[in-house]
Amino acid sequence: MELLAFGDTGWGDELFYATLMTIAVSITAMFIGFIFALIFTPLKLSKNKFLNFIANSYTTIIRGVPELLVIYLFFFGGTGAVMFVASIFGYNEYIEINAFITGAFAIGIISGAYSTEVFRGAIQSIDKGQFEAANVLGLSKFGKFFKIILPQTLRLAIPNLSNVWQITLKDTSLISVTGLVEIMRQSYIAAGSTRDPLFFYSFAAVLYLLLTFVSMKLINRLEVKYSRGY
Amino acid sequence: MDLELMINSFPKLLSAALITLKLLSVSLIIGLFIGLFFAILRLQKNILINKFAYGYSYVFRGTPLLVQIFIIYFGLGQIEYLRSTILWTILKEPYWCAIIAFALNTGAYTSEILRSAFQTIKPGIVEAGKSLGISNKVIFYKIQIPIAIRQSLPAYGNEIILMMKGTSLASTVTLMDLTGVAKYIISTTFKPIEVFIVAGGIYLFMTFIIHNLIKFLEKKYSY
Repeated sequence: MELLAFGDTGWGDELFYATLMTIAVSITAMFIGFIFALIFTPLKLSKNKFLNFIANSYTTIIRGVPELLVIYLFFFGGTGAVMFVASIFGYNEYIEINAFITGAFAIGIISGAYSTEVFRGAIQSIDKGQFEAANVLGLSKFGKFFKIILPQTLRLAIPNLSNVWQITLKDTSLISVTGLVEIMRQSYIAAGSTRDPLFFYSFAAVLYLLLTFVSMKLINRLEVKYSRGY
Repeated sequence: MDLELMINSFPKLLSAALITLKLLSVSLIIGLFIGLFFAILRLQKNILINKFAYGYSYVFRGTPLLVQIFIIYFGLGQIEYLRSTILWTILKEPYWCAIIAFALNTGAYTSEILRSAFQTIKPGIVEAGKSLGISNKVIFYKIQIPIAIRQSLPAYGNEIILMMKGTSLASTVTLMDLTGVAKYIISTTFKPIEVFIVAGGIYLFMTFIIHNLIKFLEKKYSY
């Protein structure tokens, strides 16, 4: 137990901050994923074949390629891409991008592919009559989307989005390969310096279980909130 | 774009893909048995057995695969007792550690898939078997299992693809699978995009094959 003490003698505070980091990366990644879903869901649903093709390639490639490979692409490729853009503006020094941003972006793109599929499914399963009724009532495009379609989409999407959240949360463990100090990386450091990997990795597993358990409870509440009236 | 690098790295990546396939197939076969075993435990009425099987699938589905591999590869070697047993000959190999982790992980997901498949079998089918005087054992093996397998094919196809992506984590415990070799080439040439296109293409091709294989099986066993 003294291994988990807070302060200089134990790893308690380090692991606590690492857990906060995991939560922060997961939420950022999920948010970036939503932005991607917001862009690609309309493309998936559009009648234009070319836009369809772009959106389908995005979801197919991301969901068919291992997360780790995507992370390596961003980790090794991100710096080069940013430096290339900077060199256009005449800046030729070495730029190191923050591991947090690279990681959140890589996981966000992955999470976005899953979110896109979830939103597409949810919007497609909304009754056509709802769209027509909104039109008949003379609602503006804005009002139609935010007052009629979105609330119903959310109700249908939340159970599946909770799965996406779980996947995203677990995927953040892979960012540890880039050196970002989240739960996995901190456990690796602690295991290395105390020579007690069994304890620290098991503790990391407990932390992840705790995170999934608590987030499930919170999401269940959301589900109840959006299902009222049904 | 460095086309030459892409062409040169293709054979290396392709032979690494064989290791990925080997890891995948061995862990899927072991995982299927584990999954079936725990799915049957989940259907038992004994609460203790039921809770045990639920706990297994909850823990393995609620934690990242990376943690599971690290516990098995780095953690288990720490137990002195294990080092003296015959198990150590298996556990000291990263290859088998990865397979154990993958098999336990996919076993947890498979048990959930099979459990829900068993539960969707209409009771009338089992009753029909009983009224024909077929023994419970034969009903289970000849009626329930084939139906459950057909029911779970689509979900299991997804699980195979997820597991194929999961095998990329073998590269974190020094195995040179497709992702491991890709990472090695990236870190020596600093050409991430080219390598990503080739390695990602191979992964996508494998996904495509698995997807169509499952579709074919679904069609073949549909009723």
